[in-house]
Amino acid sequence: MEWETVIGLEVHAQLSTKSKIFSGAAIAFGAEPNTQACAIDLGFPGVLPVLNKEVLNMAIKLGLGINAEIAQHSVFDRKNYFYPDLPKGYQISQFQLPIVGKGYLDIPLEDGTSKRVTITRAHLEEDAGKSLHEDFHGLTGVDLNRAGTPLLEIVSEPDMRNAKEAVTYLKALHSLVRYLEICDGNMQEGSFRCDANVSVRHKGSDKYGTRTELKNINSFRFVEKAINFEVERQIGVLENGGKITQETRLYDPNKNETRPMRSKEEANDYRYFPDPDLLPVAISIHQIEKVRAELPELPSQKQKRFMEEYGLSAYDATVMSSTRAMGDYFETVVKTSGNQAKLAANWVMGDLSAALNKADIEIEDAPVSATQLGKLVARIADNTISNKIAKTIFDALWNGEGEVDQIIEAKGLKQVTDTGAIESLIDNIIASNPAQVADYRGGKEKLFGFFVGQAMKASGGKMNPQALNDLLKKKLSEA
Amino acid sequence: MHNKTIAELSAGLAAKEFSSVQLTRYFLERIKKFDNQLNSFITVTEDVALKAAKHADHLIAEGKAGALTGIPIAQKDIFCTQGIKTSCGSKILDNFISPYNATSVEQFNQAGCVLLGKTNMDEFAMGSSNETSFYGPVKNPWNTEYVPGGSSGGSAAAVAAYLAPGATGTDTGGSIRQPASLTNTCGLKPTYGRVSRYGMVAFASSLDQGGPFARSAEDCAMLLNVMAGFDEKDSTSIDKKVPDYTATLNDDISGLRIGLPKEYFGEGLESEVGKAIEAAIAEYEKLGAKIVEISLPNTHLSIPAYYVIAPAECSSNLARFDGVRYGHRCANPVDLMDMYKRSRSEGFGSEVKRRIMIGTYALSAGYYDAYYLKAQKIRGLISNDFKDAFAKVDIIMGPTAPSPAFKIGEKTDDPISMYLSDIYTIAVNLAGLPALSIPAGFVKNLPVGLQLIGNYFEEGRILNIAHRYQQVSDWHKHLPKGF
Amino acid sequence: MSLTAEDVKKIAHLARLNMSENDVTTFTKQLSNILNFVEQMNQVDTANVQAVSHSIVENQRLRNDEITEPNQREAFQKIAPQVEAGLYLVPKVIEES
Repeated sequence: MEWETVIGLEVHAQLSTKSKIFSGAAIAFGAEPNTQACAIDLGFPGVLPVLNKEVLNMAIKLGLGINAEIAQHSVFDRKNYFYPDLPKGYQISQFQLPIVGKGYLDIPLEDGTSKRVTITRAHLEEDAGKSLHEDFHGLTGVDLNRAGTPLLEIVSEPDMRNAKEAVTYLKALHSLVRYLEICDGNMQEGSFRCDANVSVRHKGSDKYGTRTELKNINSFRFVEKAINFEVERQIGVLENGGKITQETRLYDPNKNETRPMRSKEEANDYRYFPDPDLLPVAISIHQIEKVRAELPELPSQKQKRFMEEYGLSAYDATVMSSTRAMGDYFETVVKTSGNQAKLAANWVMGDLSAALNKADIEIEDAPVSATQLGKLVARIADNTISNKIAKTIFDALWNGEGEVDQIIEAKGLKQVTDTGAIESLIDNIIASNPAQVADYRGGKEKLFGFFVGQAMKASGGKMNPQALNDLLKKKLSEA
Repeated sequence: MHNKTIAELSAGLAAKEFSSVQLTRYFLERIKKFDNQLNSFITVTEDVALKAAKHADHLIAEGKAGALTGIPIAQKDIFCTQGIKTSCGSKILDNFISPYNATSVEQFNQAGCVLLGKTNMDEFAMGSSNETSFYGPVKNPWNTEYVPGGSSGGSAAAVAAYLAPGATGTDTGGSIRQPASLTNTCGLKPTYGRVSRYGMVAFASSLDQGGPFARSAEDCAMLLNVMAGFDEKDSTSIDKKVPDYTATLNDDISGLRIGLPKEYFGEGLESEVGKAIEAAIAEYEKLGAKIVEISLPNTHLSIPAYYVIAPAECSSNLARFDGVRYGHRCANPVDLMDMYKRSRSEGFGSEVKRRIMIGTYALSAGYYDAYYLKAQKIRGLISNDFKDAFAKVDIIMGPTAPSPAFKIGEKTDDPISMYLSDIYTIAVNLAGLPALSIPAGFVKNLPVGLQLIGNYFEEGRILNIAHRYQQVSDWHKHLPKGF
Repeated sequence: MSLTAEDVKKIAHLARLNMSENDVTTFTKQLSNILNFVEQMNQVDTANVQAVSHSIVENQRLRNDEITEPNQREAFQKIAPQVEAGLYLVPKVIEES
């Protein structure tokens, strides 16, 4: 009996505005408890909400980024339930008429093909506060700083069929919201939260199995592990003749398991109705087009362009376009290197990324500028230095020892390409190693590497490898 | 100073016939002397009042006074007043000292008014008799065995007995107009969106509107000049210029077309009340007005629609009273559920609980379409009725209430019979129109009110029409015996 | 529409209100009466009528994205039932079973 996994994802992206969605309180992370909760956020009697215009712009950007229809008429509804981190006893959200309609994201699969994940809708809502269960003599502490922070809830159709697809989708969405500069995507701080709806069914079935909702997953790695655990668990239950309970489960990364969460609201009757303190939100075509005109190139567009313009592979293009900073860096390297796209990609994905990871810094803070790296790549391309020598120069750049040409000059790293010099060096090696020459000429072709090594050693690595190979071959074949 | 209108008191202050401190002490004394008979105040703010009065006297002396500088007023205890108890007539807010001022309160402070205190009201504005207050019922100064009306019963009684020359109230289904009618005072409900709701504790958000109580239409105009205006803190506040409501009071009203809805003069209306209203209308004819019979066919549906919409909105608005951040919290809660249930059950009275339950039910899964949505559609029909009517007439008139005041306790066992007394006022809130109730006579020594309903933002017109009547009648000048 | 005692208990729970047995009896009767009363709304056919939530015909006004509220924690928490270390304290909430 073959099982099929069905996964839908809900992402709550915290919008990076200065103030809250319905009040003028600040939303910086990490403030002292309840110092960023004003009267409106605290739900005092008599307070009223007024909508932050920037959240509309951000929602429109997201909608355009997923090719969705932007609702010109949308409504805020109240979602009613009791919880201590929900001061008004209701959350202002959107139910029947959300601001963003159906859209999609195309994601690359491991086999090189592309899959379209449909996004059902995205709507605006306010965040709740936080409950801290560390013991206050048996009580819970409530911090309402986060209450009222603007969220964009992005809901996908249950289109994903395994944990890897789920993670790829999340990464693409994560990249998009950062590109659009509407969300900083910081999962540890909770500004990009993923809930996964997971169910299984027999392969070929067109009915959906009972699903569970997984919460509290704050990294891509945990998303994959949580989903995998849950799928195994559900299959186990079903194969033993049991039934899946529709419930919310928390993921525990320490034990790598999911556990049922006691529901906040036992009867999930939210009694949605349009919030009478707010009026319908109108968005004009003019406003949508204005936002569209100001959109940056989107990741999917950049990726396509990188493939077409620079001849990058799909994989390389995806990596190079994963963040705006990366994409911009890469293109500057290409430009200053005289269009050496492939070489530039290798260096950015290879040595630069390795160095950034090791130092735990972002590309925006790289000590080697894109222009410097571009120059380095140019010098490799014009044969001034070999790729191997370039690594030494890269380290020197990283340590701030100067500009590319300066370093080449100072360390005497120029590659030898003068055939006369190479020839005389080869003559010396042949003369000094008669036995190996005889063996090579006698048929031991593997010894070629020995001569290359000798030549590199003698020249301090500064031989142009191509010229060296050609001349070495020629001279060794001469009897 | 006795029985003077705000207009007269304002002139008196300007002419230095008396000071604001003297005036304030005068009212504070009257409150001390008479309010134990009426129970119209929950909190008397003597220190705050005298401080404000002193400051007002400075402004008057420096020639920096406005029309209302130094005038004492009372605020319904539903308006948040910073540093001062704001209870909404409820035990659940008995310990609530508001940390901020409602916009209306700020406006009166800016105008230089003196706050005498916070008036009693039906709990969370739910009621038509001021019998549901945690602080006990308010008595009607015309007969203290009778109700003053509600929910703004305290403000109405205080102004009626001249314990304050003016006061604020709120009107969701008639809670300014009906008590005005029962106490021989003038009470105005402005157009929805005309007065800011920021800081005015919400009962039914799409229906609530704050407004003035006073002894005359002219006084109401002066108070409305202060209350009206755009507030950016209220998304339902309309950005529309505020005219000087006193400037047009004396406009000519000959040729005025007065619409009399046949539904307001039919079954249910006490015949003596009907006669009093007809007499008032006759005065208007003498002033040159024309009477046009109109129909508002969906009038009878306004009560059921209101008693779905208002409870639905209130059930949600009152969810914030949970004992977590302010207000009453029960002693020694066992767990969270116990804290919620006991705090709320101890804190709310029966009428509030009833409405929360109806509202919760009307919004719940499976019932939303049949109740809430249906009620909003009827609201549409009612708005259209008025729209059609205003194509033919300039103002609509009729009785404010079907009968004068009833005895305290008479209707408390039957919620529905209480609800039916709102028949002439409720449709106005559903449509969001402005309306005023003014004194129009007495039946068995109890006051009767005439209601004037105008088109959107026509408060100036309504006050003008009322003022012209008050120039040829003197019902509004009567003071109850013993006060 | 007549409510049962069960209905009333469910509604009370949703609204976080306690109901004694007496309360349940009284409220069942009163609420049923009110619901019967509002059934009158069905006298009129509203299939083609637009629902109206406001008399206001305008659209939601927007505010600029700026910080306008200062920290007033001390003033706000002065009136709180129970506060410690700047947090509002409530009986424990259990997240997992």
